[in-house]
Amino acid sequence: MNFESILTGVMNDASWGRSLGLFAPELILCVSIVALLLLRLVNADRWLPSYLIPLFASLTALGIAVYSFFQMHGAIEGIPTPGTTQTMFTGLLAYDSLTLFLRVFLLGFLALVVTLTMLSGIPDAEDGPDFYTLLLGSTIGMMLMSSANHLLILFLGIEMTSVPSYAMVGFLKGRRVSSEAAFKYVVYGAGAAGVMLYGISLLGGLTGTLEMPVLASRLSALLGPGGMNDPTSRTVALAAMMVLVGLAFKLSVFPFHFWCPDAFEGAAAEVGGYLSVASKGAAFALLVRFLLAFTGGTSVDLTSLNLALGVGLGVVAAATATFGNLAAYSQTNVKRLLAYSTIAHAGYMLMGVAAMVVLLNGPGGVDAAAKGEAATCIEGLLYYLAVYLFMNLGAFAIVAFIRNEIYSEEISDYAGLGRQVPLLGACMMICLFSLIGLPPFGGFVGKFMIFASLFQAGKIHMAMWVILVIGTLNTIFSLFYYLRVLKVMFLESRPEGARRARVSFMPSGAFVLLVTLPLLLLGASPLVNSMSDAATRVASMLVAAVR
Amino acid sequence: MDPLTLLTAIIFLPAAGALALVAFDRKAEETMRYFALAITAATFMLTLFLWREFDSAKSEMQLVVNLPWIRQWNVNYYLGVDGISMPLILLTSLICLLSMMASWSIKKQVQGYLMLFLILETGILGVFLSLDFFLFYVFWEVMLLPMYFLIGIWGGPRKEYAAIKFFLYTLAGGVLMLIALLMFYFNSGRSFDLLHLAAIGQGKVEGFAFNPTVQIIAFILLFIGFAIKLPAFPVHTWLPDAHVEAPTPISMILAGILLKLGGYGIIRIAFPLCPFGAQYAAYALVLIGAVSIIYGAFAAMAQTDFKRLVAYSSVSHMGYVLLGMAVWKINEANGAAVGRDYWLMGMNGAMFQMLAHGISSAGMFFMVGVIYDRVHHRDLNKFGGLMQLMPDYSGLAVGIFFAGLGLPGLCGFIGEIFVVLSTWNYSKTLAIVAASGVILTAGYILWTIQRVYLGPEYKGPHAEDITPMNGREKAIAWTLLIFAIVLGVYPEMMFKVMRSSMDALIVSLDAGYQAVSAAVETAQK
Repeated sequence: MNFESILTGVMNDASWGRSLGLFAPELILCVSIVALLLLRLVNADRWLPSYLIPLFASLTALGIAVYSFFQMHGAIEGIPTPGTTQTMFTGLLAYDSLTLFLRVFLLGFLALVVTLTMLSGIPDAEDGPDFYTLLLGSTIGMMLMSSANHLLILFLGIEMTSVPSYAMVGFLKGRRVSSEAAFKYVVYGAGAAGVMLYGISLLGGLTGTLEMPVLASRLSALLGPGGMNDPTSRTVALAAMMVLVGLAFKLSVFPFHFWCPDAFEGAAAEVGGYLSVASKGAAFALLVRFLLAFTGGTSVDLTSLNLALGVGLGVVAAATATFGNLAAYSQTNVKRLLAYSTIAHAGYMLMGVAAMVVLLNGPGGVDAAAKGEAATCIEGLLYYLAVYLFMNLGAFAIVAFIRNEIYSEEISDYAGLGRQVPLLGACMMICLFSLIGLPPFGGFVGKFMIFASLFQAGKIHMAMWVILVIGTLNTIFSLFYYLRVLKVMFLESRPEGARRARVSFMPSGAFVLLVTLPLLLLGASPLVNSMSDAATRVASMLVAAVR
Repeated sequence: MDPLTLLTAIIFLPAAGALALVAFDRKAEETMRYFALAITAATFMLTLFLWREFDSAKSEMQLVVNLPWIRQWNVNYYLGVDGISMPLILLTSLICLLSMMASWSIKKQVQGYLMLFLILETGILGVFLSLDFFLFYVFWEVMLLPMYFLIGIWGGPRKEYAAIKFFLYTLAGGVLMLIALLMFYFNSGRSFDLLHLAAIGQGKVEGFAFNPTVQIIAFILLFIGFAIKLPAFPVHTWLPDAHVEAPTPISMILAGILLKLGGYGIIRIAFPLCPFGAQYAAYALVLIGAVSIIYGAFAAMAQTDFKRLVAYSSVSHMGYVLLGMAVWKINEANGAAVGRDYWLMGMNGAMFQMLAHGISSAGMFFMVGVIYDRVHHRDLNKFGGLMQLMPDYSGLAVGIFFAGLGLPGLCGFIGEIFVVLSTWNYSKTLAIVAASGVILTAGYILWTIQRVYLGPEYKGPHAEDITPMNGREKAIAWTLLIFAIVLGVYPEMMFKVMRSSMDALIVSLDAGYQAVSAAVETAQK
């Protein structure tokens, strides 16, 4: 079969046009990347600010994504609501509620990040097109990750996300720390990708397919009795763990987190904010998809394997949260502190995923009750992600704006800033309190949902109750270091001769307020209901597809 | 006014005021103070209006508001008042008004101070009005944030330490409460409705029950959470630090209201939801209460810092609250309460003690603050002779300290005597212990009065700065003293509000314990 025949085959496929239509948001981003690069050839970047194209592209794509999200959930009338999962491109990509939720999440976030970079002035006009090319490229990769329906796309998505991320971390070219951070990130990333690819090849070899929806039934047929004494079971467990290593790297889960603090410290705060939120969101969507692909089927052996996997994930999650929170204590750099906080939050969210796996593999099998409870876990995860977007972006944005004023990211240099820039101080306070997980901010609702999932999962495996207790204890651990930042900002006075910070309300203050206000709305307003409702719909559609 | 508007206005008027304060110019401090004062006064008026709408004859929840909030989780915006919360709501809005008047002593960052103060008031009122456990928890934690900054920014020399300690203790208690909350939620078919949960806990709902294990574990978790707030020995150690370091008005709120939240939580949540657990732990509770009384009194006696002395007196006085609630003696054979009327008396005494302590401790902290503002020290050994220099102040202070002492005719007496009498029925030894606490209290308060107000002349620092009280300070002190006298002479004013609800609570707890223990025995056979 030569290239031409493949091409004609694809073009003649009836579903081709439909897939392209559903893929519109990604295509818009692709077109804008090409436009960014081509406009440079005609020197258009001299008179056209480089952020305009990505901003316009992300907003357009966001509009389409929001429309299709509501269309799928029947909020827009006259259009039938598809009940089951659809696929794009001959089953390579899934087009379901999770895809759309993550599209809205990622594109909305992209628009916010582009606005932030526009306001904070990183990158400068010269580097703009390059930076936005990388930014858009990795966003496309993340969108592929979140809709992956095939193990090959899983790998491609992760790589497409990672490669631009490496470059973005090292984007502050002159700085040694930055280059070092990027280098560490690349080495770790390459290693993790290799391990993951090996795991995928094992799975492919065993089951004869890379399509995720059929994995569970193929594995059910393959696995023999006897648990880990069965060689096939061992290989499957090994393969699953190897794939999970790759994902754990993207999620910066303990013990694959080492790159994270260095990368965040070296990268600009804007990039740190982008990586911490977007790649987490996409990687969690992918993790849920991968684990759901393993779930189902009729084999008791697969169920017990999955249960062990779920409890194992829970233990890893508890270790991650504890490690992240404890390691954050001794940090003196705000970005490094936020990096450890990111690790801890990955731990909390992973607890929700672990609870989902445990609930779906209980003694009752995948019945309606189990599906309902598992949907709660995914709901909690999605809610947490939505809140996490605002609280982390808010914190990083404030760090970026303050850096532009005082040229420092050391916590000790923040002394007395709460009085000098009250708006930024108050918003930082809201973001950090939300990160601790205190009402009335959104972080509490997300955390509450995750803890509720763990409590339910405890009925199937006692270990989940232990993890719940560790999770709640972590809330107390995390108090100290978040409060330390606030203590310095509010309780200490600005030393004599320190550089004076001036942040005007328009536009920087307004942007920070725009990012922070949703935290209050998602914590103590009727919007909590709307968000929880949307997350539940997504979750139950996703779980309904498990057989 | 319909209940929805009234209750929502009571809770959120202070928060709205805080938001409105953003619009003021940072320099217009005096205007902002009067504005914030107007907000607290309006809130007080609204609670008086609520009292008028409230029907004391009814024992059930009144003026109930129930709107869905998070449907997926069955969380509701569920508010209401009964005879237990009504007096505490009045106390809250009164003390907030008075401490706002006392806030003229705050000189720095006035705008931020007033905003946080008002947010704090919203949190407290929300806790007292919530009937949904989730909502209760949200308001409970909302109080933490402003309190941290109020102590941490405007506090004394060790403010940072005191603020983080307060935060840490309360958050730890909150986390335990969160686990208990999840236990109730998933064992009740997903409900946060405190009344419904109480009915399940008391075995009144077909098909659902909190079994003894759940009740005992949940009760212990809840109790630790509330005991921290109360505070009871041995988790009281945050209190002396927080009270001493906090600025005067915040000390007034801390001692006058925040401590009551612990008692309210026990009486509203811990007891009704797990009567079996409460009865199981009753002896321990009584013991903790008695120890707190004695320990607090001895610790107070040993202090040389005036404010620290008042702080420890709070530990001692709140011990009576715990003691009064827990004197629940049962007949081992059938689980019925023995001498239920004594227990009722103890409960009523505990409730009244909360109100009395709210008045007297706020007054004591205010009185300490008044002298501290003038001489800038609180060392008991350097006072003396204030009676000559500030006769008005000293007279009022002595009156308020006597209210704290529990002198008959003043508010402190009623609660203490009720509690001590009811304890006799439960355990004669512990009753004697508790009663001896009264003597210790008299000891340290009289000694304090002697050291501070009596004596020939004031020899401490800043003698030249001692000026008579101004009109604002006199108004606050007189109000508190009048309330102390009124409540002491005519306690029926508050007893009639709480009577029917308290009666109903005791009856249902008694029946609830019998139902659960009967179910246990049937299961054992």
